[in-house]
Amino acid sequence: MRRLLTLACLLGAALIGGCAAPEPWVKPFERERLADPIMRWNRDALSAKHSEHVRDIREAARGATGVQGGGCGCK
Amino acid sequence: MAASELIRRVVAALSGLATGLIGALFAGGAARAATLPENRAEAMLHVYSGGGVTANGPTVLVRKSIADKVSLTGSLYVDAVSNASIDVVTTASPYKERRNDYGLALDYAVRDSLITLAVGASSEPDYKTHSLSLDIAQETFAGMTTVNVGFTRAADDVGKTGDPNFDDRATHWQYRVGVTQIVTPKWLASVNLEAISDDGYLGNPYRVARVFGAAVPERAPTTRSSRAVKLRAIGDLGSRDAVRAEYRYFWDNWDIKAQTVEAGYSRYLGESFLADAFVRYYKQGAALFYSDNATAETTYISRNRQLSDFTNLVVGGKLSFDWKKQPGLYDLKANAGLELYNLNYNNFTDIRTGNLYSMRAAVLQLYLTATY
Amino acid sequence: MRHIPTTRLASRWLLPLLLAVSASTATAAIQLSTTAPDFTLRSVGGPNMRLAEQRGQVVLVNFWATWCGPCRQEMPHLSRLYDRYRSSGFVLLGVNIDDDPRAAADLATKLGLQFPVLLDTDKQVSRAYDMSAMPATLLIDRNGRVRHIHRGYRDGVERTYEEQVRNLLKE
Repeated sequence: MRRLLTLACLLGAALIGGCAAPEPWVKPFERERLADPIMRWNRDALSAKHSEHVRDIREAARGATGVQGGGCGCK
Repeated sequence: MAASELIRRVVAALSGLATGLIGALFAGGAARAATLPENRAEAMLHVYSGGGVTANGPTVLVRKSIADKVSLTGSLYVDAVSNASIDVVTTASPYKERRNDYGLALDYAVRDSLITLAVGASSEPDYKTHSLSLDIAQETFAGMTTVNVGFTRAADDVGKTGDPNFDDRATHWQYRVGVTQIVTPKWLASVNLEAISDDGYLGNPYRVARVFGAAVPERAPTTRSSRAVKLRAIGDLGSRDAVRAEYRYFWDNWDIKAQTVEAGYSRYLGESFLADAFVRYYKQGAALFYSDNATAETTYISRNRQLSDFTNLVVGGKLSFDWKKQPGLYDLKANAGLELYNLNYNNFTDIRTGNLYSMRAAVLQLYLTATY
Repeated sequence: MRHIPTTRLASRWLLPLLLAVSASTATAAIQLSTTAPDFTLRSVGGPNMRLAEQRGQVVLVNFWATWCGPCRQEMPHLSRLYDRYRSSGFVLLGVNIDDDPRAAADLATKLGLQFPVLLDTDKQVSRAYDMSAMPATLLIDRNGRVRHIHRGYRDGVERTYEEQVRNLLKE
């Protein structure tokens, strides 16, 4: 478990820390497709929050959903 | 936990976050600005029906940016629950209750960081929660990489209908880290990790467990520590459509391991429609102290099917219609979403029939979204 | 019950991760005090415009796109700047990089932009200038030399633009 997390954090740090940082390979003027709403992880906050709540009640797994708005803790 | 120990931990966690934030803010370079989320107003009617439970209600969200510096979001979520689930009908009698969930969030954009502070409160007759969250989204590497760090602390007041002497507490701590990376002009990928810690009364005062066939009140542990890691990718396919996939692995110290796999597809139809479809498969292993009918006396025992061995298959779709549009002024969309749940339990039985329990549920969401 | 110390995990891993965050190391292809690369682009109105032909005037080149939020925020400020100084020898060129030029024309009309909107659909000029952010603004003096570069848009930076334009006009 620890090792997995260590690796993930180091990978993350390497990606963003840039030991020998490569040049950004997608220029800002090439990001038109990425700006489209269809490319968003979560387009509608309320819909996502509700769906997440429905699943949270019935499933034991929680977290890492990317839906903002902390836990509800309801039974 | 002693108060001094708790305080020491709070200070350690907060100073770690604060140092990182300050470091990130002063990490010089080009003066780019993170953008505040767009102004939005959403109103939704949600309906849940399945397994003997129906829950419906309205939800509203309003977000407005003020002076281009901060954005304020307010949300209200109402759940009118009518509960005649298998647990309820086999051990008690059906009931109705209402849950209100309030949320207030503040977004602040400074240089390449977006800082979000949120408070939430949820209340139903026998359960109240308060939560405080801090999230920071930091753009780095010429905007190619976004790092998200977040933290939530929640505290619950647990009561029991009909028993004024029952009054217990639970506290929750959540830490999340995520990295979203632009991979190609058409593909994004992200990794998210979340660690959650719970302390206090984590059971349910109404639920009973079964030991040697007899009903006993459940005994749940008073701490829980869990981790989840999610990998996902989303890509533009070139013909006004996009595909996404995600995988999440969850594990905790109650010995539960769960995996989630989801795949989705979105497509623009014509000038005004946007359609989404997805499939989600969830599989979980039972908690260490879970048993449908225990054959030994253990410190902890629970017959909570949420902690059992089961699978959940969800299939859903959504259709969005661009109703009214005034470019630069506002944009009103009408949306409808439907999700169908299929849960099959491998070690939870319906005591009325003796067979393994399974249930179906449907979730309907009808909502209007306006950006202005 | 095995207890995984969550707060220790958080403070031991979150802190280094946050501190490892650093800003872009990308260097622009354009250096200050060098001649701005020449280009000729079609404008939304129809006629072509060439940068070198603007010698003798102070030029502000702004790279923008309809899908970029801060770009849209900046537009009204640039429009005002253009209106104020156009008669003093100031030219503002809005280089649009949308894949679909009609989207640029539509938005220009809706926002009532008075300055020339040039279409860099094939991104040649963007590549030549290699700006590491959107929007990107360059201020070029009467001799065609790049004097100021602004990457991104921050609320209030239009005041800096105005100050720099006035100084360049005085030269």
